[in-house]
Amino acid sequence: MNEYNFAYLDEQTKRMIRRAILKGLAIPGYQVPFASREMPMPYGWGTGGVQVSAAVLTPEDRFKVIDQGADDTTNAVSIRSFFERTAGVETTTATAEATVIQTRHRIPEEPLSEGQILVYQVPIPEPLRFLEPRESETRKMHELEEYGLMHVKLYEDISRHGHIATSYAYPVKVEDRYVMDPSPIPKFDNPKLGDSDAIQLFGAGREQRIYALPPHTQVVSLDFDDHPFEASKADHPCALCGAVNTYLDEVITDDAGGRMFVCSDTDYCESRRAAGFTGAMTHTRPFSMAEQGQS
Amino acid sequence: MTPLLSAKVVTKRYGAHIGCADVSFDLYPGEVLGIVGESGSGKSTLLNCLAGHLSPDGGEVVFDTRADGPRDTLLMSEPERRMLGRTDWAFVHQHARDGLRMGVSAGGNVGERLMAVGARHYGDIRGKATDWLERVEIDAARVDDRPTTFSGGMQQRLQIARNLVTGPRLVFMDEPTGGLDVSVQARLLDLLRGLVRDMGLSAIIVTHDLAVVRLLADRLMVMKDGHVVETGLTDQVLDDPQHAYSQLLVSSVLQV
Repeated sequence: MNEYNFAYLDEQTKRMIRRAILKGLAIPGYQVPFASREMPMPYGWGTGGVQVSAAVLTPEDRFKVIDQGADDTTNAVSIRSFFERTAGVETTTATAEATVIQTRHRIPEEPLSEGQILVYQVPIPEPLRFLEPRESETRKMHELEEYGLMHVKLYEDISRHGHIATSYAYPVKVEDRYVMDPSPIPKFDNPKLGDSDAIQLFGAGREQRIYALPPHTQVVSLDFDDHPFEASKADHPCALCGAVNTYLDEVITDDAGGRMFVCSDTDYCESRRAAGFTGAMTHTRPFSMAEQGQS
Repeated sequence: MTPLLSAKVVTKRYGAHIGCADVSFDLYPGEVLGIVGESGSGKSTLLNCLAGHLSPDGGEVVFDTRADGPRDTLLMSEPERRMLGRTDWAFVHQHARDGLRMGVSAGGNVGERLMAVGARHYGDIRGKATDWLERVEIDAARVDDRPTTFSGGMQQRLQIARNLVTGPRLVFMDEPTGGLDVSVQARLLDLLRGLVRDMGLSAIIVTHDLAVVRLLADRLMVMKDGHVVETGLTDQVLDDPQHAYSQLLVSSVLQV
């Protein structure tokens, strides 16, 4: 496996990325430009996150990758094996055991602890992008703290849907200064961004931006006085482990309206089941497709 | 009485070419100043210099701020100037599309300035937006419609509502009636006149339409080739033009 430099990228590139990360940590929420490299995967598959992970990994680290909460989807499996091959680091699916966690679209349910690093894959780092197309202007707006436009978006939501319908990539204000796009995590996860024990790093490969939240940073979700922020989720317990306070995926089980809600964080769900918790589909008998008339 | 806005030898060059040169005037609170002249005479350049969209090469633009009294806006920091631009100043573009967010509902357009200065109560913002739509004669039921579904005259009125919602003291208007048909123009002028009088606004109106300044402006500046060639009370200038160019301008108006 030693055809590659440790963690694929060369040392100079990792230095450059680390400098950007340090600057990002020094100015929480500020988007630091960096010279993003071509990675052996298409843009949109987590090239930003992979570069940040490569820059922070050490041989002693234990690495975990989640994709929409799951450890076993294509993106998670391939990025995990990518670093197994190129860095030779240990990998795990257990949140508590991992020291570096690369994530797409979720924050693990289990609270993170000091010493852990959470790396987000970010498609579009600029929260004002779809409101103001000019990059020069959005930079000026960040510089001068002109964030009225962000509320225009929330206003439009309420006027059209009666409530703030933005349910993911919900804009936050960091330390009363920068408005930040938390990457497309569900707004259910927004409260976990603030005052976290772990370091949170955000990498956008195509857009060439890195930003960061150091531990115990104040992060406030934007809202209106009369329409306060709500961390919403599907109003069901998990069908497998019975958890009532986790973010759920809706899974269609047949073409006759059958569906189930399961924890999107597979590791959390599995460890609960291992501890004996059961849900609607597991406490009587194991769920099987055959019982529903399909083989 | 302190002038609200006082321009002193404002000059803007584009290379060797003169945009506007040595323009000085005082604008007092509640006064409406018209700037007329042919295309390319430097009217819009001057207006953009005054409103802080262009930085002039020389001169001073002193504005009587609420907090600190008269200050040269050209020496202000950019955050201060932009703050002024969304509180005490308003800018009405010739093309409503330049001044509106076409992808955002009418209510959002009017509310943007309120949210930009810190309003965070949805009900209040919406209430104010609806109120302003009615004041500019747009049906309040259209508060959630996008400006793309509005006619040209309605878009222009929406732009005016969006600008006046924070209660500015000075409005810059660049050909506010340009591109509208005459009956719509007449209603818009009527509306503007009402708003200017009710709110005690000061305004600087750039136009090439003498009828507009006859209706709205108290005083008039005639520009030619970047220079002011004649100033005076509107009726005085229009009825008894002194400068050869003013005479030409007044005599060029078609009589129906």
